[in-house]
Amino acid sequence: MTAILEVERVRKTFGGVVANDDITLAVPAGKIVGLIGPNGSGKTTLFHSIVGYHLIDAGSVRFDGREISGLRVPRIARRGLLRTFQQTRIYGKMTCLENMLISAPQRERSWLSILRRPPAADEAKAEDLLEFVGLYAKRRLRAGDLSFGQQKLLEFGMALMNEPRMLLLDEPTAGINPTLIKALMHRLRRVNEELAITLFVIEHNMSVIMNLAEYIYCLAHGELLAEGRPEEIRADQRVIDAYLGAH
Amino acid sequence: MRPRTASRWLLGGLLTLALAAPWLVPAYRTQISFLWVMIIFALTWDTLGGQMGYNSFGNVVFFGVGMYACAVVQRDAGLEYFPALFLGMAVAAALAVALAAVLGSGLLGLRGQYFAIATLGLGFAAGEFASGWDFIGAGSGMVTPLYPGEVGGRESFFYYLLLALTVTTFLVLRRLYSGRFGLAINAIRDDEDKAEAMGLHTTRYKTTAWCVSATFLGLTGAAVGNLIGFIDPRDVAFAGPTFGVWMVLMAILGGKGTLWGPVLGAAVFHVTQELFWTYLLGWQRVALGLLILAIVLFFPVGILGWARERWPERFGHTVDERPEPAEGGS
Repeated sequence: MTAILEVERVRKTFGGVVANDDITLAVPAGKIVGLIGPNGSGKTTLFHSIVGYHLIDAGSVRFDGREISGLRVPRIARRGLLRTFQQTRIYGKMTCLENMLISAPQRERSWLSILRRPPAADEAKAEDLLEFVGLYAKRRLRAGDLSFGQQKLLEFGMALMNEPRMLLLDEPTAGINPTLIKALMHRLRRVNEELAITLFVIEHNMSVIMNLAEYIYCLAHGELLAEGRPEEIRADQRVIDAYLGAH
Repeated sequence: MRPRTASRWLLGGLLTLALAAPWLVPAYRTQISFLWVMIIFALTWDTLGGQMGYNSFGNVVFFGVGMYACAVVQRDAGLEYFPALFLGMAVAAALAVALAAVLGSGLLGLRGQYFAIATLGLGFAAGEFASGWDFIGAGSGMVTPLYPGEVGGRESFFYYLLLALTVTTFLVLRRLYSGRFGLAINAIRDDEDKAEAMGLHTTRYKTTAWCVSATFLGLTGAAVGNLIGFIDPRDVAFAGPTFGVWMVLMAILGGKGTLWGPVLGAAVFHVTQELFWTYLLGWQRVALGLLILAIVLFFPVGILGWARERWPERFGHTVDERPEPAEGGS
């Protein structure tokens, strides 16, 4: 299985704080991979390092075989590597439908194309995806008026609208009620299987990530602590210690 | 669709009234001409300030640059009045756009209040610069050429020229806002980091938006210089404390981020201000100050913004009660 994302010996420090140290991991194309670790272990920093939010101090990040460390966020996004935010981010004063329309892929747009109206095909696709995430009835409401959970679903829909090849999801189930979590997991699997989008997921909810991911990396104190299949991770004493605070 | 028809009727009615006004109330031609200028000010300010969330206090620079550019062409090109005027307007627009592109590449990287402060400095700097440059008359300003037609013809000509500019500005912005461009600058306003994370060409959109504003401000400046007949660097061309602040206030008063809000705000503001001059002479600046306070205190989201929060369903923000199409998502 070829890796779509390869992170090699990545290091990132903020002043004296080492947030990521010597991290090497690979996400195979078409799979769902998890990233876990206690609070402050460097998970979100690693996501930031991957999508170009900040420059890394050392190491390399390759997406689809090409080096992307050093590229800026929008360029990496246009290559098909997209992330969602831990603190959900949507365009609050725009309607859900508008949120979806502006999320359509930006890859081969010329300067003049910014004057065009969104094509009808985009609108149909946006409505289909809103239906997929269960927000069709609310498509004309302002996104800022939705509940937190609904905004999270909208953000997920927007990411799909962008036709990414790979999605980095930062705690997709945080703040969502248990019923909705089940539905969301079902949707994540469908996206992975039917749209062939590779998923790399940060998650604190253990039952979610153990069920969802085929392979899991665990961070602690900015370093890679363990990796393996879910059952191996669950049985790993180092992981248990890290979560219980013995580390 | 009914709202669309209503908006057409409204636009048609206003346009008819505007076209007939020079015959109906000839004495008010200049005042109404300045209403058109105010509407353009508010509309073009709102492109960045309302739709894109970048509060610019320096837009008056493009107005002043257009004014001077046109006057210089009229003075030095050696052409008849009208060819010189139209060539001057073209040069005014081109220079304003070029300036917006250059300034934009530097300043639009700043966010929030930093951008506002930087643009504030821009307006002051331009005024100081113009009052020191002999080529454009320095502190004593410039006089635009005499209008060749009969007496009173100048007022009518510039009335219609500014009306045409206002209508063009409105229609062009309406077209732009209804497309990808409008969505993109709204997205930048709501969350620029998110827009970048979604792969939007944010810099390109931001610069284009400022260039669009600058185009119409440059053209307007060119026309206003000729309407007034005299260009003072600080009080007419780069009039930051008056025009520069008013454009912000008018857009906020009407409701920033909406298409009709700035138009409405400009109309209310201009009429109120004219009334102050007529009936409260001597106290007009105090009254204006109180009006500004009232706007900021009671209409922080503007007239249309207030209406939208009061009656969201009238603005199309409704929940679709119909059953969802079959083949469910969850």
